[in-house]
Amino acid sequence: MAAQVEIQASSTRKRRARDTRARRDSRAGVALVSPTVIVVVVMVVLPVLWALLLSFQRIRLLQIRRLDLIGGEYTLRNYDLLLSSSDFFVTVRTTLYYSVFGTLGAILLGLAAALLVRRAFRGRAVVRGVLLLPYVAPVVAVAFIWQVLLSPQLGFVNAVGTDVLGWDSPIPFLSQERGTITLFGLSIGVPTALLMVICFEAWKSFPFAFLFILARLQAAPAELEEAAKVDGATPTQIFRHIILPQLMGVIALIAVLRFIWTFNAFDEIYLLTGGGAGTQVLATQVYSFLTARSDVGASAAVAMFMAAVLAVVLLVYLRFFGDRDRQQ
Amino acid sequence: MRRRRWDRYAIEVAALRVLRPLGIAFFVLITVFPFYYMVMLSMREISAVIDAPGSLLIGLDEITTDAYERVLKPTSQGGEGFVRFLLNSAFLGLATVFVTLAVSILGAYAVSRLEFFGRRTVHFLFLSVYLFPAILLAIPLFVAFSKLGLRGELPVLVIVYVAQTLPLCVYMLRNYFETVPVSLEEAAEVDGATRLQVIRKVTLPLAVPAIAATGLFVFMIAWNEFLFALLFLVEERQNWTVSLGVAQLTNIETPATTLMAGSVILTLPIIVLFLFAERLMTEGLTRGAEKG
Repeated sequence: MAAQVEIQASSTRKRRARDTRARRDSRAGVALVSPTVIVVVVMVVLPVLWALLLSFQRIRLLQIRRLDLIGGEYTLRNYDLLLSSSDFFVTVRTTLYYSVFGTLGAILLGLAAALLVRRAFRGRAVVRGVLLLPYVAPVVAVAFIWQVLLSPQLGFVNAVGTDVLGWDSPIPFLSQERGTITLFGLSIGVPTALLMVICFEAWKSFPFAFLFILARLQAAPAELEEAAKVDGATPTQIFRHIILPQLMGVIALIAVLRFIWTFNAFDEIYLLTGGGAGTQVLATQVYSFLTARSDVGASAAVAMFMAAVLAVVLLVYLRFFGDRDRQQ
Repeated sequence: MRRRRWDRYAIEVAALRVLRPLGIAFFVLITVFPFYYMVMLSMREISAVIDAPGSLLIGLDEITTDAYERVLKPTSQGGEGFVRFLLNSAFLGLATVFVTLAVSILGAYAVSRLEFFGRRTVHFLFLSVYLFPAILLAIPLFVAFSKLGLRGELPVLVIVYVAQTLPLCVYMLRNYFETVPVSLEEAAEVDGATRLQVIRKVTLPLAVPAIAATGLFVFMIAWNEFLFALLFLVEERQNWTVSLGVAQLTNIETPATTLMAGSVILTLPIIVLFLFAERLMTEGLTRGAEKG
């Protein structure tokens, strides 16, 4: 009897200990996470909500001294002006070309590089490190290297083009909106500058795809490929039917991340072309509305449009790939 | 039937044996060449570059450090004042690393270890910040700090960078904390240590590699950052970062060699840091990606 009481008492004591522990944990959790939450709320969440309000007001930068936080008249005029201008849709189209082809190029290059570096060879560690350089180097520096490389006056590319490849005249790669390529007597019009910034984007961000695809490849079980090889499958068949299916998950994730980041990218285009020669994208448009035209309302409206597009992209990704993530 | 398969097999294997080294060489070339070109131009006379833009080799007698001198000298002596910019960038980078780590270690620990109300929401919030357009955030912050009259100040930029890098840090550190066995912490708790003591004496020493990798990432992000530096600092020359300083070199009078010297100064610290800690950093970033 006494023993039973003893057991009961000890179990309630244990339960109480567990309760207070859970409560203590909960309190500690809130306390420890609150600095992070406060910074994110004050520096990200509230500003974004405020930007939403700004996008519904006619505000110029010169008026901000008189501006109060919420006040002002609310109007749809910024959005009206945007959606009724044909320039805006050209910018949207350029942004989509830039993000889709920039992402595609980065993934194809990254996939090729990962497959090449996958198996051991002498100097592999060095090659792997070297291939990451475009991604880690400062964007300002690499953008100017490309600018000088492609320069019509003193660039290496045009020197080789005119001296070795027999071009009639240097090509102003970053300031020519449309050029023509003549192949087998066929003339094809190309958006030169846009093509160049897409190449730059693919070059600068392929290491990201490379790194993640390589990590996934190295975690893939070797047995499947061994078995396929024993059955006489050729390397391309093994790639098509065994390796590629295992990579689809990580490629989809890289695609959505790269698309979002490229869609948001400002530095690359601002530094390479300044948004000229048919390379104006939404991000550079926001910047020029904000600084050159000092039109806060219009720039906020463009930025909100960008956020809305990204929200749709994310929802589509989660709809198709979200279930997979949860399973794993 | 079987013969034909083997033929295809043999052809593919032979083709790959040739293509693989070529492919690797191609990738090394496209990644290394632009950097080589930058260093080479930075040590040349601009007249030599204009005379022979196609030449890639530089004679030892041709090497000049004029461009570096011009970039590094203070503006009072007719230079571009990059020493000052280097100090500004170093301050920004280190302050951002320090604050971000202090805040994110606590946050990541809470998200990985403690069950509390709103844990999932908090995690989702952090991830969504990471995918947000920086340019959207730039507008309200630009307007708000202009209104407060604080826009050109370096500490303000530190706060902006902290907010930008926190989500990534919490994500990376959380992934690491989850690999530290809970039993170690419980043992310390049994011995009467408080929660903060447990974090400081048990969890942190184990997480030093992860914290170092995360800190390096933050430093590199802050050092390389351009958009906010441009928006916030462009009118305050004495507060420019190296990135901004290089970007402002692009007027007509600045020769390409000077621009490349500035780019070398901007790139060198990052490349050195990266080569020094490559494995540490790439493992921290892709941890958990293997399963995806």
